[in-house]
Amino acid sequence: MSIHHPQALSLFDGSIFRAAVKDSLTKMDPRILIRNPVMFTTGIAAMLCTVVFVRDFSPVIGQIAGWLWFTVLFANFAEAVAEGRGKAQADSMRRTRTETVAKKIDTIEQTNWKNTPASQLRKGDLVVCETGDTIPGDGDVVFGIATVDESAITGESAPVIRESGGDRSAVTGGTRIVSDRVVVRISVDPGHSFLDRMIALVEGAKRQKTPNEIALTILLVGMTILFLLVVVSLPAFAAYSNTTIPTGFLIALLITLIPTTIGGLLSAIGIAGMDRLVRFNVIAKSGRAVEAAGDIDVLLLDKTGTITIGARQASEFIAFSGVNERELAEAAFLASLADETPEGKSIVALAKANFGLSESLLSGPSQFIEFSAHTRMSGIDLTLDGQNAAIRKGASDSLLNLAGLTQQTAPKDVIQSVEKIARTGGTPLLVAKNSRLLGVIHLKDIVKPGIRERFVTLRSMGIRTVMVTGDNPLTAAAIAAEAGVDDFLAEATPERKLELIRAEQKGGRLVAMCGDGSNDAPALAQADVGVAMNTGTQAAREAANMIDLDSDPTKLIEVVMIGKQLLMSRGALTTFSIANDVAKYFAIIPALFITAYPALSAINVMNLSNPNSAVLSAIIFNALIIIALIPLALKGVTYRPASAQSLLRRNLLIYGLGGLLVPFICIKLIDMLVTALGLA
Amino acid sequence: MTWLGFAEIAAYMAAVTVIAWPLGLYMARVFTHQPTGIDLALGPVERAFYAVCRIDRTKEQHWTEYAVACLVFNVIGLLVMYALMRLQELLPLNHAGQSAVSPDLSINTAISFATNTNWQNYGGESTMSYLTQMMGMTVHNFTSAATGMAVLVALVRGFARKQANTLGNFYVDVTRSVLYVLLPAAILFTLFLVWQGVPQNLDPYTQATTLEGAQQIIAQGPAASQIAIKQLGTNGGGFFNVNSAHPFENPTIFSNLAECMALILIAAGLVLTFGRMIGEDRSGKAQGRALYIAMSLLLVGGILIAWWAETHAGALAQGTMEGKETRFGILDSVIWAAATTASSNGSVNSMHDSFTPLGGMVPLVNMMLGEVVFGGVGSGLHGMIIDVILAVFIAGLMVGRTPEYLGKKIEAKEIKLAVLCLLVFPLPILILGGLSLVLPVGLAGIAAPGPHGLTEVLYAFTSTSANNGSAFGGLSGNTPYYNLTMSLAMLIGRFLVIVPTLAIAGAVVGKKIVPVSAGTFPTQSGQFIGLLIAIILIIGGLTFFPVLALGPIVEHLMSVNGSLF
Repeated sequence: MSIHHPQALSLFDGSIFRAAVKDSLTKMDPRILIRNPVMFTTGIAAMLCTVVFVRDFSPVIGQIAGWLWFTVLFANFAEAVAEGRGKAQADSMRRTRTETVAKKIDTIEQTNWKNTPASQLRKGDLVVCETGDTIPGDGDVVFGIATVDESAITGESAPVIRESGGDRSAVTGGTRIVSDRVVVRISVDPGHSFLDRMIALVEGAKRQKTPNEIALTILLVGMTILFLLVVVSLPAFAAYSNTTIPTGFLIALLITLIPTTIGGLLSAIGIAGMDRLVRFNVIAKSGRAVEAAGDIDVLLLDKTGTITIGARQASEFIAFSGVNERELAEAAFLASLADETPEGKSIVALAKANFGLSESLLSGPSQFIEFSAHTRMSGIDLTLDGQNAAIRKGASDSLLNLAGLTQQTAPKDVIQSVEKIARTGGTPLLVAKNSRLLGVIHLKDIVKPGIRERFVTLRSMGIRTVMVTGDNPLTAAAIAAEAGVDDFLAEATPERKLELIRAEQKGGRLVAMCGDGSNDAPALAQADVGVAMNTGTQAAREAANMIDLDSDPTKLIEVVMIGKQLLMSRGALTTFSIANDVAKYFAIIPALFITAYPALSAINVMNLSNPNSAVLSAIIFNALIIIALIPLALKGVTYRPASAQSLLRRNLLIYGLGGLLVPFICIKLIDMLVTALGLA
Repeated sequence: MTWLGFAEIAAYMAAVTVIAWPLGLYMARVFTHQPTGIDLALGPVERAFYAVCRIDRTKEQHWTEYAVACLVFNVIGLLVMYALMRLQELLPLNHAGQSAVSPDLSINTAISFATNTNWQNYGGESTMSYLTQMMGMTVHNFTSAATGMAVLVALVRGFARKQANTLGNFYVDVTRSVLYVLLPAAILFTLFLVWQGVPQNLDPYTQATTLEGAQQIIAQGPAASQIAIKQLGTNGGGFFNVNSAHPFENPTIFSNLAECMALILIAAGLVLTFGRMIGEDRSGKAQGRALYIAMSLLLVGGILIAWWAETHAGALAQGTMEGKETRFGILDSVIWAAATTASSNGSVNSMHDSFTPLGGMVPLVNMMLGEVVFGGVGSGLHGMIIDVILAVFIAGLMVGRTPEYLGKKIEAKEIKLAVLCLLVFPLPILILGGLSLVLPVGLAGIAAPGPHGLTEVLYAFTSTSANNGSAFGGLSGNTPYYNLTMSLAMLIGRFLVIVPTLAIAGAVVGKKIVPVSAGTFPTQSGQFIGLLIAIILIIGGLTFFPVLALGPIVEHLMSVNGSLF
């Protein structure tokens, strides 16, 4: 299970490259540079070094000054490339909505509209959208039903249904109406849509630093001050030792010691992390949420659509004693006719196939009762054979309740058949007519192939998976066992889901979940990482801190991995950067003092040819390593799900030990080149 | 280097561990207010003390109150001690007729003892009255050690408690440290030392006629009681000028072994106390053990390097005995030298100035690591926990989670405070040390020329900043300039670390405890021990490598070529 990149841009796309080169120059503006304290220090050092060069006209100092400027430019370039890639992604989305003209109306009934530019729409405005129109902004359908092409956002070409009321009312700006007409109430002010927020996350200038990035920046500033202290005090110790250190060399020492590598790449890593998420068609509302994703301890996964393939299939009608099997099938058929869920459709199909029923069975006025999470049943009120009939189908406990029974008082055969289905992991759906239980429909759940392996991996990463389902405990247990989740929440209501999240959080755990319905909103808001499906309601999308444009709940797992990869990339480059300093000391310290104490040549372990070349080589390495690591910063370090112990071992070996050894080799090679070219 | 020598080092570490273990568990009971076994005897004393001082033992303090209490307590102690020295001429128990101590030396000495540094710019027997020694030095040996323990216990509570506000009560923690830990241990150890022949009296100095007919004044006094606590409380300020190289401070091979163990014992025990207080749901034992092993490896590494350097001193086949007591020899001297600088004790039984450049660099580096290799009583472990926080933060990100230690998330605030501790320590060493090497007042005090002189100054400021107090010798420190600059170094090194440390405790105590999972960064594995040691060495090394290169390193390289200083 490795992270793949659905729409990977080539690492250095031509136009992005050119724009980034230009941007790296504009980012030299001190007002922008000060956002990055390490690079700001480097900029000042480069300026000082240039002054020294102008004063003394020493060619070595001139070269050092040049490389210091390059160090800053390279860091700017890294940020600019990351931004460029993010912007390219965002621009393609933004393009779809820039020139939209909205058809603004004042009331839902109004038929004549006023043409208004989309950018002037405010929260609460109503707009009409008809076939062929582009929806001017994020909002809720308040009237009508339409098919919408959301491919501009999701890349998915099949149009989706959007209708007022229910859980499919939210529409996104920039998507296009394929058929029919809807009235949309705009839900955000201009500049605050999800797209706007996402664009802000991938644009360096407006980007808020994430908590972890702030902490790391503090550490880097601390190390910069520490080395400033070392370098500022060194001339006194040198003076006592009868030697003076050229100012240019002192500046070079400072810059090689302060963590320029991670300092230069830090914001690029952050931007690239957001960008990776966007590429997965997930929009994060804040960088904080992406970081939190890496910390997740518990994943709440809805059973349906995530663990099992969305549609449960009706496989059998089991009539209770005294009930004709055909009567049961007819009742189930009628109750499901208006039920658009795959389960409902499969009941209709099964009844048609086994009992030859047809839609003509339904005649006369009828009222469809929609499923709600509270009643946990649906059905139909109609006139059947001249009598009023209320047919209901639903979860066993709610139907028992309807029939005035409990687990204890219900007839034995009812309980037996329900339990038998539940034990096999199926879902028993009781059917009742006028509160009389007729029988049970066996809905079969099908666990997604490969999902079990994913849970094993998650467990090895220390993440617990909890399956959330409206099913009864027996059914839930059977599916939980089959899918290999760690725990399950059966007979879940929105309240119980919220309770579960609070309980986990009270125990110190971070919880992630995804949801789409309005009743998921409180839980989404409570969860540390709440991913709303793009098809979900506006309430859910407001409450969540991420939105999955593809509405694929399994993506929660990838989101966690992207969060982890982001933190790991920062840690790896920090470790690498600090480890590098050891070699730089061995290059520069003998060079500084060898005239005063020739004996110190013993610690010139790289055997660098002369002091000038040693200092120059170290500073060249320091600049070039930033360029060399840009691809790593943008792609993120390789992440394979594993325990913390083995991740640490692997990364310490590569970035710790590697960081210790690589500069020794590189500085030596640069020194040979510098000497061969006669640069120092 | 002989097998017997290796066996001695192993036996030393084993003996320390065997005693530190039960001691650590006992101290955990003291600080968690569980029955200790001697409550019957000490409980009434403790309650009476609270009643007299109007301390409400049930009142818990927020970190700011705890810090203020800590500072107020220390400032008052400091002033009392200053007054004692300035007024000793007028006060009783001044048999030797010591005159008032000069203002700058009094400031230096008062700060030195209040900060648990015990740097001595004076010779005890020639400067201080018995009253000053007993009420000033000895009392501060207790209170400064107790302050360190209290701050540590507060920090440990910060990690141990879940979503709490308070860290305990400073006054109660100090009282219990003294009453239940330091006093009983010091009494036992004093009796042992008296048995071994250390003087404990209030007699005037003895006039003696030597075999050659010369007159000699033999200094004595209440030595055993002060030596016991100066070892146990990682204070290190000797009763006599040459400290534990003096036969009255350290008369026998047994007293040497016992003193050498005592200077590390409580600091070592506190590591195990920490593990016990964290509790088994976060595998506290293993967490404490990991830090104990990391500290032990650093200590033994130092001993081995110093031992090697002292036994391979150029042309001297038997190694160098300069500055060492013939009674103890090379190995006992280097074990002491390494242990006294690793722990923030600072007492000596040999003169570090006379060690070979590399041998002398070991004590110096031990202190430069920030006194975290067991370190001072309390202060060593709280310094080590700061290093752990930094290590966990730097490397912890590499497992893809917000770094956490003992289930507490390490975030911007903790890093800010830890970085502050990291910066405060080298500040006086590099700035004041550097100044002393260019200002004429500084240069005037240096005895040896060249790199060795640089090392003398570097050592002095490292020792005071790190609150160690061991002297390299060679530097004439009793001048107004050095007295005052070193006072500043000691104050910065102590209180500018204690306050952010307590602030960290205050920050983490309110946090939730994240349960352990396979995704948790392991802080008790061998891998982590290696990582922690590497981070400590790299951070210390990066900070001090340039100055070390100009001091002991170049001196060593030159001595290989035959130049000596």
